[in-house]
Amino acid sequence: MTLSPISYVFDEPSFEEPWHAQLFALTVSLNEAGHFRWSDWANAFGAKLKEHGVSKDLNGGEDYFIAWLAALEGFLVERNLGEAETLKELKQAWTQAYLTTPHGAPVSI
Amino acid sequence: MPHDSHDHPHHLLPSDPALRVKALETLLTQKGLIDPAALDEIIDTYETKIGPQNGALVVAKAWSDPEFKAQLLEHPTETVAGLGFYGRQGEHIQILENSDHHHNMVVCTLCSCYPWPLLGIPPTWYKSDAYRARAVREPRQVLAEFGVKLPSETKVKVWDSTAELRYLVLPQRPSGTEGWSESELAKIVTRDSMIGTGIIGAVS
Repeated sequence: MTLSPISYVFDEPSFEEPWHAQLFALTVSLNEAGHFRWSDWANAFGAKLKEHGVSKDLNGGEDYFIAWLAALEGFLVERNLGEAETLKELKQAWTQAYLTTPHGAPVSI
Repeated sequence: MPHDSHDHPHHLLPSDPALRVKALETLLTQKGLIDPAALDEIIDTYETKIGPQNGALVVAKAWSDPEFKAQLLEHPTETVAGLGFYGRQGEHIQILENSDHHHNMVVCTLCSCYPWPLLGIPPTWYKSDAYRARAVREPRQVLAEFGVKLPSETKVKVWDSTAELRYLVLPQRPSGTEGWSESELAKIVTRDSMIGTGIIGAVS
């Protein structure tokens, strides 16, 4: 197997996209509130990275956070902290809100 | 494209993952499991307050003060906490001292464990599959790609971080810095030198 070269970016921001930051903060916040141990989260996340990394070499940016997101969704459902169905409905509600809220007005559900 | 409110009356739809994060945030807020204000605080902390400048202070102090260095090597977590660097992902820190004989390099093969209080959020390359796999398999080749060429007699040791134990590399003090103050020294300590993928060259 050939491994891809490491791409080096000098002086990058802490988070490339606002949702990366938001997802990071959500996870940290849940851990701090005592909903799970960080080591359990790291194991779940590590397993998901491995799974996503089977079909391609993940970059440490978007790919990494997509795996993080899938891991957190699964982790919360598994621990009865969230329901997959509700998440789906809420995502749909946000989509609808973005599509129907006039430009300039705050988007909310 | 010029903006035309008649053609684009609504917001741009965020990406699929961005919408899923919004859904998560809404759900967890509704359940009272998170406080949205706390999220902003966390983001602000890692975007603006915590970063490699913290680790650089520790390194500069260790270079300048032998007593501090001895303490740092013996009781790393407590010693850096004494400088105000503690908390999330810094509960157990180990210091890896570089020498002419040993060069230390840090990776997390599981995910991206990293000493947040000392270095902030890990860089993208640290989180990539390429680095996570190759650092262990071919460290010298990886170091060469980072521009680090070590003498053949210097042994390279790769340390795999865990959720419990985080590492900070104590790089070698470059020549030409004799008599420098701690704050002058701190300015030349790079993030990569504290991960072990960089060295600090002689100052002329």
